[in-house]
Amino acid sequence: MGMTITEKILAYHAGKERVEPGELINCRLDVVLANDITAPVAITEFEKLGLNEVFDREKVVLVPDHFTPNKDIKSAEQARYVREFARKYGIINYFEIGRMGIEHCLLPQEGLVLPGDLVIGADSHTCTYGALGAFATGVGSTDMAAGMATGEAWFKVPETIKFVYYGKMPRWLSGKDLILYTIGDIGVDGARYMAMEFTGEAIRELSMDNRFTMANMAIEAGGKNGIIEPDEITLAYVKQRAKRPYRLFQSDPDARYAEVREYNVSRLEPQVAFPHLPENTRPVSEAQGITIDQVVIGSCTNGRLEDLQIAAGIMKGKKVHPEIRVIVIPGTQEIYLEALRQGLVEVFIEAGAAVSTPTCGPCLGGHMGILAKGEKALATTNRNFVGRMGHPESEVYLASPAVAAASAVLGRIAAPWEVIK
Amino acid sequence: MIFRGKVHKFGADIDTDAIIPARYLNTSDPRELARHCMEDADPAFPEKVVEGDIIVAGKNFGCGSSREHAPLAIQAAGVSCVVATSFARIFYRNAINIGLPILECEAAVEDARPGDELEIDLNGGNIRNLTLGKAYQATPFPGFMQEIMARGGLINYIKERMKSGA
Repeated sequence: MGMTITEKILAYHAGKERVEPGELINCRLDVVLANDITAPVAITEFEKLGLNEVFDREKVVLVPDHFTPNKDIKSAEQARYVREFARKYGIINYFEIGRMGIEHCLLPQEGLVLPGDLVIGADSHTCTYGALGAFATGVGSTDMAAGMATGEAWFKVPETIKFVYYGKMPRWLSGKDLILYTIGDIGVDGARYMAMEFTGEAIRELSMDNRFTMANMAIEAGGKNGIIEPDEITLAYVKQRAKRPYRLFQSDPDARYAEVREYNVSRLEPQVAFPHLPENTRPVSEAQGITIDQVVIGSCTNGRLEDLQIAAGIMKGKKVHPEIRVIVIPGTQEIYLEALRQGLVEVFIEAGAAVSTPTCGPCLGGHMGILAKGEKALATTNRNFVGRMGHPESEVYLASPAVAAASAVLGRIAAPWEVIK
Repeated sequence: MIFRGKVHKFGADIDTDAIIPARYLNTSDPRELARHCMEDADPAFPEKVVEGDIIVAGKNFGCGSSREHAPLAIQAAGVSCVVATSFARIFYRNAINIGLPILECEAAVEDARPGDELEIDLNGGNIRNLTLGKAYQATPFPGFMQEIMARGGLINYIKERMKSGA
């Protein structure tokens, strides 16, 4: 019996020939990550162990991105706590404001996560790195602390659900639509404790930015990890960034899956997830006309260059609807600079949108675009829980950058083909 | 460990933003977090919860963010145990790592009504609804996790392993 890519990566890091779903194993970690919200709790736990050093100064990554640039005094104290820890323990991969980015856009860009890696991060969207053919999963602060101390973590080997996407992607369809449609199909706990392996001809054609978006939202179906087997597209992305060797794993043809689900993408419409769960998805044609107060384009889900290119392509020469606000947040400083060089920032500003320095900000209701009571936002982010972007009586609709840009222009939820004929 | 407390009942898919909204995450002080525990699911919860009370909820409790502030807030609010149909995996892991008792038991969840009194024997996974006079058996934890819980959480567990040089 063969193994899935997830099982192979776990087995390799456990020093075993093979692993079985359900087995409890101890694994070596390649990267241990935290941010300004989760690191403070992890640091306090780590220091209880009384150690003088972390297991590897290069493998611990700290990115203050949630409430930064510091939104208030308490956030500033938390950010300082992380900064001082990084200095005290000589953490090499600490990223300061002005040189940083949203963690899950930043780490792949910097070549800090590579194919075949095993990564834990004290942030649920750590699963993003599965797009590179790595095993990456979110954990809490105590697991992060233990990881910093020992370089190891325990795992229960998950069963895998295989999602096969076939057919040709229609013009406006994106990775965001595929993952929203999938979550709508299986529900917010449809892959609870399980690996989600995305494959099929439509995935093989997807750009890295779209693949990151898909793996990013595996957690929204309860998944332990989302993963895509590495191919030429992965290698083209990784080659120019990797500073250390990496390993390519593939699922065996006779690997065992808990379930296989197939989707024909040819006739899929862009998707919109209605409040208050990411599983409440409908085709955009059933959402057209819903008025909104704010559009957010950004986040670890959709704050990458291609996302901004698509949005700018729709907004170029147009104006933001007078009754709404649009906030564009490039995922990293590098993406921001490239968006500037390509004239995308100019498109957004001329259209009447605000462009922000990289931050998680409004996605989790932190800052930079909080909603008032009764307000509605359409966002390219990942969650639309009650109160996620502000007041408990505000609402969030989730969609792709194309739908967001069209909605920004028309002032209501709109399909991209309404703006670009 | 035996707990006895009154039921606070919640539905399915209670996410970590409902357990502790991100707007309060500019601190990790458990007492401050407890003041806003479950606020977006039941604004009155922080006021009415008393030491030893039990949260009973449907499937996928704790879905969403990895914030350990969620089980920390529940623990600091005085909740003795969370009984749910199922838990989201990061919350499950976090609860064990910080020593917040949790149990999975669908039948107990279905029957329990707000205000019912439950008695829970964590080691055996036995749940008794004293108000209804019914008994239930929760899914047992794997031995590995029981070891972590018996040592009061992951950090103590690692400390002991480091001491023994394992």
